[in-house]
Amino acid sequence: MELQTLTYIVVGMTFAVYIGIAFWARAGSTSEFYVAGGGIHPIANGMATAADWMSAASFISMAGLIAFYGYGGSVFLMGWTGGYVLLAMLLAPYLRKHGKFTVPEFIGDRYYSKVARIVAVICLIVASVTYVIGQMKGIGVAFSRFLEVSYEMGLLVGMAIVFVYAVVGGMKGITYTQIAQYCVLICAYTIPAVFISLNLTGNPVPQLGLGSMLTGTETYLLDRLDQVVTELGFAEYTTQARLSTLNTFVYTLSLMIGTAGLPHVIIRFFTVSKVSDARVSAGWALVFISILYTTAPAVAAMARLNLHETIQPQNAENLAYAERPAWFKNWEKTGLLVFKDKNNDGLISYTADPDTNEMVKVDRDIMVLANPEVARLPNWVIALVAAGGLAAALSTAAGLLLAIASAISHDLLKGVIRPDITEKQELTASRFAMAGAIALAGYLGFNPPDFAAGTVALAFGLAASSIFPALMMGIFSKRINKEGAIAGMIAGLTVTLLYVFQHKGVMFIASTSYLGDMRPNWFMGIEPNAFGAVGAAINFIVAFAVSMATKAPPEHIQHMVENIRIPAGASTAQSH
Amino acid sequence: MADNNQTSRKEYWRANLRLMLVLLSIWFVISYLCGILFVEELNTIRLGGYKLGFWFAQQGSMYGFVIIVFVYARKMAALDRKFEVND
Repeated sequence: MELQTLTYIVVGMTFAVYIGIAFWARAGSTSEFYVAGGGIHPIANGMATAADWMSAASFISMAGLIAFYGYGGSVFLMGWTGGYVLLAMLLAPYLRKHGKFTVPEFIGDRYYSKVARIVAVICLIVASVTYVIGQMKGIGVAFSRFLEVSYEMGLLVGMAIVFVYAVVGGMKGITYTQIAQYCVLICAYTIPAVFISLNLTGNPVPQLGLGSMLTGTETYLLDRLDQVVTELGFAEYTTQARLSTLNTFVYTLSLMIGTAGLPHVIIRFFTVSKVSDARVSAGWALVFISILYTTAPAVAAMARLNLHETIQPQNAENLAYAERPAWFKNWEKTGLLVFKDKNNDGLISYTADPDTNEMVKVDRDIMVLANPEVARLPNWVIALVAAGGLAAALSTAAGLLLAIASAISHDLLKGVIRPDITEKQELTASRFAMAGAIALAGYLGFNPPDFAAGTVALAFGLAASSIFPALMMGIFSKRINKEGAIAGMIAGLTVTLLYVFQHKGVMFIASTSYLGDMRPNWFMGIEPNAFGAVGAAINFIVAFAVSMATKAPPEHIQHMVENIRIPAGASTAQSH
Repeated sequence: MADNNQTSRKEYWRANLRLMLVLLSIWFVISYLCGILFVEELNTIRLGGYKLGFWFAQQGSMYGFVIIVFVYARKMAALDRKFEVND
């Protein structure tokens, strides 16, 4: 069957399933809308968390980044998984014990302050909106390639689907849909990887294939890749460093604590029924995530090898432009792959030297999507990858939008502005908040700041510098008080935002970068995306200093902290 | 009785912190030490087609994280029962 038709059928079928589930499990109460009514099984919640977590960036961009950064791409692998260790030990069980609907609500209770709650809402919204931009870009890329429409058109279609899906479903609908989306995305990711690994090494397990010899040779795959890329003048794949070791260290730390501090992930742990379930569920989430994350490096290395060997086969002439394969032509149409015949010989030359390199643009984001075609896998696999990419982007977008909507309707409207509204009014308000968030994210999607994973990395910096420290100190210290927490959050967020906007432009509009991107002036050589850990350190220091200078929290708050440390007596998440 | 309860809760919390400290040390070693700071030294050792430092950074650390989280969940469930604070 024609690839185009097949893609429409597969993508259409998955969409029908998601929307069907969203309507079947639509939320009827605020408890269902915010935390799916509690009582989701830990394994099911782990799977939903994995889909919530694995975004367009994980699915589409990450392997592409690793493919071009080699070892330097490891920060994303370690950073985006290691955070679950922190989440499982430092946050999830205690926040679940506290038993409320949202993250700002916990901060408001623990720091006995509406101001703290509002500051938390602002931090949450800034981090989540930044994160949503990456999803929008991912949706646009996937649609534009597979349904052969422009990026802008793809983005609009994506927004419409997210709209239907997130507004109706609430957390209950989103949870069940995410389980379906996990199944789609993990199949879409691993099936091509298994085929490609078999083709190249004869080993069907990509994680083992990456460490195996190429079929019919005595050469290890990674050694061969190192050799191919260095011959073309690129850095050696397995040792290629991205900036300094300090930057790698700080970047990884920023991603880890950012992961643990992302509200849309944390609220997933409010949906299980017990504290011990929250711990186990974090483990299952990490298992489901790691299936993709340990496959990604194999996909990356194999895609890179395939790309070079297609264009520049060993012991033969370079590929003639006139004979370029269909995938090449398809990606040229999207403008994400650009060839320029600089020496007019009709052959494609792909090297590290910008003067002779004729592959003027190879967008990193296309690596995973083009991979099955480059490896000449059957059409149904390619169609499945399209559905998987969209599942990843949609599930994360829905989770983020829920976090944003609940912060606005539950924390701002119900918590601060109009405490007297009825549950039904609150539910309506949360749906309006969600629609507004989608419109904003869509606007920013039309002006994307960086490639998708880069955009997402910024959100982590913000979550790391503001939310994570406030939550952790709230649990592990009885001494941190209202004044300290508020000052700390504001300091962490401000420093990180100023640093990021300075280099990337205000709200990522490049022309508004007030002093210009001053790479030589990076603080200790730390790139803006990696700055969250520095912001977090500032948050911890400021919060501690201010708390010590002011009086200890009231008695009942200290009791509350003692209480959340003990699992006994947990009830289902509720609003008051 | 209330005092007893208080002491046992404090002990429970201390046991939790001790366990956390051990597991977070392992977390730090497999990612930050093996995967970043000592990656060049480890890369001189091979694990099949993998250089060992590269393997830790792109495979091993993640397997380790999964094990750490499950060990924590298991040991904490035992602590919950021992101190009778389970829910």
